[in-house]
Amino acid sequence: MAGTVALRKQPLPDVTSPVGAQKPWIKWLLVSLTLGFLTLFLFVPLTAVFTEALRKGIAAYFASFNDPAALAAIKLTLITAAIAVPLNLVFGLAAAWAIAKFNFVGRNLLITLIDLPFAVSPVISGLIYVLLFGLQGWLGPWLAEHDLKVIFAVPGIVLATIFVTFPFVARELIPLMQEQGSEEEQAALVLGANGWQTFWRVTLPNVKWALLYGVILCNARAMGEFGAVSVVSGHIRGQTNTIPLHVEILYNEYNFVAAFAVASLLAILALLTLAAKSLVEWQVRRQAAETLEPTAAED
Amino acid sequence: MSIEVRSISKTFGNFTALHDISLTVPNGELVALLGPSGCGKTTLLRIIAGLEQPDPGSGQILFYDEDVVDRSVGERQVGFVFQHYALFRHMTVFDNVAFGLQVKPRRERRSKGEIRDRVMELLRLIQLESQASRFPSQLSGGQRQRVALARALATEPKVLLLDEPFGALDAKVRMELRRWLRRLHDEIHVTSVFVTHDQEEALEVADQVVVMNQGRVEQVGTPTEVYDHPANPFVYSFLGNVNLFHGRIDVGHAHFDSIRVDLPPVRPALDRTVVGYVRPHDIEVSRTCSSDEEIEAVVSHIHGAGGMPRLELERLDNHERVEAELTRDRFRELALQVGERVFIRPKSMRVFVEGQPLDYQI
Repeated sequence: MAGTVALRKQPLPDVTSPVGAQKPWIKWLLVSLTLGFLTLFLFVPLTAVFTEALRKGIAAYFASFNDPAALAAIKLTLITAAIAVPLNLVFGLAAAWAIAKFNFVGRNLLITLIDLPFAVSPVISGLIYVLLFGLQGWLGPWLAEHDLKVIFAVPGIVLATIFVTFPFVARELIPLMQEQGSEEEQAALVLGANGWQTFWRVTLPNVKWALLYGVILCNARAMGEFGAVSVVSGHIRGQTNTIPLHVEILYNEYNFVAAFAVASLLAILALLTLAAKSLVEWQVRRQAAETLEPTAAED
Repeated sequence: MSIEVRSISKTFGNFTALHDISLTVPNGELVALLGPSGCGKTTLLRIIAGLEQPDPGSGQILFYDEDVVDRSVGERQVGFVFQHYALFRHMTVFDNVAFGLQVKPRRERRSKGEIRDRVMELLRLIQLESQASRFPSQLSGGQRQRVALARALATEPKVLLLDEPFGALDAKVRMELRRWLRRLHDEIHVTSVFVTHDQEEALEVADQVVVMNQGRVEQVGTPTEVYDHPANPFVYSFLGNVNLFHGRIDVGHAHFDSIRVDLPPVRPALDRTVVGYVRPHDIEVSRTCSSDEEIEAVVSHIHGAGGMPRLELERLDNHERVEAELTRDRFRELALQVGERVFIRPKSMRVFVEGQPLDYQI
């Protein structure tokens, strides 16, 4: 999952390398290898999910969702994403802006820290929260005194999800904003715009596609996160189960149709994310193509 | 005075970018800040604009006798043109030019129709009316720079500041655009300061040239003044190519090998080494020796193309290189070949003693 973020959406270069031109079989070998790999590890499992989900017919498929526990899991997943994604959008924008447009002590450290959730295992991320907020944790006794529940409750799930997903927006924006520099903002300020106008009229429109791209990835991960959430959730049916956790429970109970039916929701989400991502990429590429278009040399 | 800079200093860490700079820009003039890269000219321009702050307590910036040091960049009412245009890439040419008018507070903002008229008027001025709905990426470099200029002029700034406005353009467009800027300035007469490292550009376009070096102002004057009466060796060598002649001071004279120069009586300094500066076009080249003040040299290179053919010569006495520029007529008349022996004589030489000019014409 972490790898996807590194893929930049630059227009693909025209590959006419001397190697490829001389030996067409290399091209075909590489293409078939890639396709074979994708089929084995992506298309087959995806098909399996839907086949298993629909094994007992369409009625059984939809019946799987008509269970209070499943509905609660869907609701909790939506709530978690609805909190985590906007927060990470604001955080990502602020962090990217600070890093790209200002020079300050600790700037490089901040860039490294933003990558932290990609570097540590999600299970460790979850454990950190247990250590902090759990009953035996640092803040646990204080929380218990004030009757606040974080671990094995919704706040813990939201916190863990925010932690795991915060790099997505920032990572998308930082390279773009660094490349664009701050001259346009300076120009806006000279022309009399205030900070707010500069942000809404200049900064934001310049990064809107990258921002959307980051939000899409962030959302996909927020809804699909398993490891970190699993540690802090406590798996209380109908209360602290998100969709991925609910799938696991159903599967462990040998309720395969329901498990795969609920899993198919995540698969559909993934497909929608891919579609949205391609659409955004297409937009970005179109913009880039406009920039690269040979300029009218009329001077 | 439209712009007055009073003892402004600027340091970045250990590096002093500007040493106690004072400068005045008269009303309606076009002034060039000229100097090599790193001399502080852009920093000075950005401080005038308010994009950069001078060292605390270091001095004042006055616009029309009002101190503006404490005013933010948006309140100074300057027009600023960036070297790389800094056009808003997601806005059309029209919206770029209209930006300054649209972001004004509601009570100062003009109506949509008025803004539209003003923008179209400016687009006519920069001859890009037909491109109003295009995006910056669809324009050529010269067109973009003109849009940047129109955008800066839209709010009717008190002063116009241009940071290397032609720096990113190729040679031909550069020359066309700077002439166009000069004509435009003659039409609209807004007090303007532009930064450049190209002495030709500064001498051609500006009313006044401010020559800067290492954070200091070396000389201020009209293009003719700074070119013909450079204040010191730096200005002399920065404004064009030079040949150096090393010599010594004697009673009332300076000797440059066989060349003897009479000095004005005010300079009693004796037995000092001096350097004589000669422009390539002030070197006379001939086949025959007509006086004993001539120096023998060998032609080592000929650059015949261009309006002023250039010769690279090597002196026979001390093997120093000398560059000479001839008129095309003279070049044809001499019809020199590489390796030929010639006699050279400086027609005009500038002598600096301890950095002070001593005017001398042969």
